[in-house]
Amino acid sequence: MKLKYSIVASVLYAFTTLFITQSIAHAGHHKCKINASVSIVGNEFPAIQSVAAGAKKCTGAEVKSNLTADHQKINLPGMQANPASYSSAIIANSSIVPLMNENLIRPLDDLVAKHGGKLKKNQLITIDGKIMAIAFMANAQHLVYRADILKKVGAKPPKTYEEMLSIAKKIRAKGIMQNPISGAYKSGWNLAQEFNNMFLGYGGKHFKANSAEPNVNSKAGVKALKMMKKLSAYMNPDFLTHDSNAANAEYRAGNVALMNMWGSRAATLITVEGVAKEVVDGFAIDGPMTVGGGSIPASTLWWDGWTVAKNVSNAQAEATFVAMMNGISPSMMKDEEIRTQAVWLIDGYKPTPAAKGVFAAAQAGTIPYPMIPYMGLLHTALGKELSDYMQGKESAEQALKDIEATYIAAAKEKGYIK
Amino acid sequence: MKHRSFFWFFLPTALAMLLFIAFPIVSVVTQSLFTPHEAVFTTVEKCDPFGCTKESVVDQEASQALKKSNPLGRFAGLDIYFDRGHLATKEVAEAWQTRKSMGDFFSTLNNLPFYRAMGFTLTYTFLVTPLLIILGLMIALSVNSLHRHLKGLAIFFSLLPLIVTPLVGSLILFWMVDSRGILGTFLQWLAGDPDLSLKASTTLTWIMLIVYGVWHAAPFAFVVFYAGLQTLPKDQLESAQIDGANRWQRLRYVIVPHLMPLVTFVALIQLMDNFRVFEPIVGFNSEAHATSLSWIIFNDLNGETLQLSAASTTSVITIIGVAILLSPVLVQTWKNFKDKK
Repeated sequence: MKLKYSIVASVLYAFTTLFITQSIAHAGHHKCKINASVSIVGNEFPAIQSVAAGAKKCTGAEVKSNLTADHQKINLPGMQANPASYSSAIIANSSIVPLMNENLIRPLDDLVAKHGGKLKKNQLITIDGKIMAIAFMANAQHLVYRADILKKVGAKPPKTYEEMLSIAKKIRAKGIMQNPISGAYKSGWNLAQEFNNMFLGYGGKHFKANSAEPNVNSKAGVKALKMMKKLSAYMNPDFLTHDSNAANAEYRAGNVALMNMWGSRAATLITVEGVAKEVVDGFAIDGPMTVGGGSIPASTLWWDGWTVAKNVSNAQAEATFVAMMNGISPSMMKDEEIRTQAVWLIDGYKPTPAAKGVFAAAQAGTIPYPMIPYMGLLHTALGKELSDYMQGKESAEQALKDIEATYIAAAKEKGYIK
Repeated sequence: MKHRSFFWFFLPTALAMLLFIAFPIVSVVTQSLFTPHEAVFTTVEKCDPFGCTKESVVDQEASQALKKSNPLGRFAGLDIYFDRGHLATKEVAEAWQTRKSMGDFFSTLNNLPFYRAMGFTLTYTFLVTPLLIILGLMIALSVNSLHRHLKGLAIFFSLLPLIVTPLVGSLILFWMVDSRGILGTFLQWLAGDPDLSLKASTTLTWIMLIVYGVWHAAPFAFVVFYAGLQTLPKDQLESAQIDGANRWQRLRYVIVPHLMPLVTFVALIQLMDNFRVFEPIVGFNSEAHATSLSWIIFNDLNGETLQLSAASTTSVITIIGVAILLSPVLVQTWKNFKDKK
């Protein structure tokens, strides 16, 4: 009899809790009503999925989303159409540039004045005094490591890439792991980004002052490449095919002890099913590392935000703004799971332990990824030409020379340099 | 057929060809001759969560004015064709003049994106095409000699590689040859080298892509040849047998000549297809080791850069390449046609 009661009681309790949480979850959203359709395009990672899900809670008209890692390939043509296929693009400080260059996004000052009540000032991305995007999260690459493995070799978490190398050497020498380092070194965009990190860490500047002329063929460039080569010696031999997803899979499988990983991905690294207990227990994060005795971390700061397309009607722009505001509503910050997904810039966010790395990056004076019109071209040129060096097919100097030549050919075509 | 009825029969096809083949080619050629206007930059203040800086942006008003006055962009003529991303005439000439040896010249050439892509594309085309024809013929002959109850099943399984989407097929193999995958681990065990990685070696990657290409396209050749084998004249084969021709001689002097027009057909289609090799490069993530013209086009159209002129130029070069590649076969077909007349 007692058992029966307790079962009934616990079922009742479960239902009540469920009901209460449900009503809390809906509390912030029930007001969102829109009267024109909304279509969102953006990258695909947990935080962005939450934003899109929040926008979709609006009623009155349809809210569609297309979240894919290939968002940069489709947002430009989609927004060039008139009317635009996407009324909002979720972008970062790199991917907003092509949309700006082609004049495809709408200034948001009027909509912010009308509907932007809860936005904080640092969420407003302003260019020449006009609000062009609303940022909702910050991101950076930083150290992710296995505390248990580091303990075994008696090492503290590395503060510099040189320390990372010496710890990796010890781990290999002790036979704990053959390839203890990982990272997003896939040839193309990822590899180029790792170069950018290291290059800035060595004090490099991508362009000559006030011009679109490249400046990577320099001492800092050579040093950055040599460090990347040294690190790759401790990576899985397939490293040139590993993007963030593959690097994370290696970490989850327990094959990796040290990696430089995106904050937005590190937070949810061990929350998937099937990760071994020692990996879950050993999981730890720290700020980004410096290199070559520099004081600025070898990393870059990023923000993610959303924009509203220029080629849509005013009614649709307004509906999009309202829906996207609902996607970044402060009420979301009550949800523990959403809170861990990113370093949110949203009002009411209290940092979780997962945010440590990104905060450390911001405090250490990490340089934001350059938001300039020709950075994308240089990034692409880096992605095309770096893999030869990483495979030992050519010298660092030759690789850097090729990068500049490739960039110059592309920049001439685009009319960036004469 | 009367000319009049022929015209009405052909009209829909002609219109479709005009719309879907001729116009796009005209558009691509035009785009390859023009480049965007020179960008006008201004320095403005940019503020984001990390603070404010003064940086350059594209001056929209000035750019719009330029675009309006000349919507096609700057006329570049053949400049893009000859730049470093394409034929790289200047770089090739320089490499030729400063060469220390032929090997040195070729390694400089291999450092230029267009020639590197051509190197792989041509190797791939000229190895995969004959190999798949031979393999397809072998499968067709063996299936044809099977008992009729087994034929249906054998045909179904032989066709599987063709049914699998190229991207999916290459992805499955990509995971299998990973250094932690089933094939990758087997190769490491076979070679006794735990660091052996198929994906890290250019030679092995090329071999893998070529084997994949043959595996994927052989069923196409098989189907065509198998259909051809059904029309094989029995009396001719029997008389050859009576004349004392052995199995090999019958194949060499009766069957293969009978199938020759089909071989030409398969070669034509496959040369064209293989020259545009693309999916396996993406599927195998092999751009560090092997690129093709189609892959260059894909990469130029990457969202952050969108080099339309460069991509159009590579497209035009691809069309010219296919035309050159097919010309011997086409000339041969034309000659045969005239002889028959």
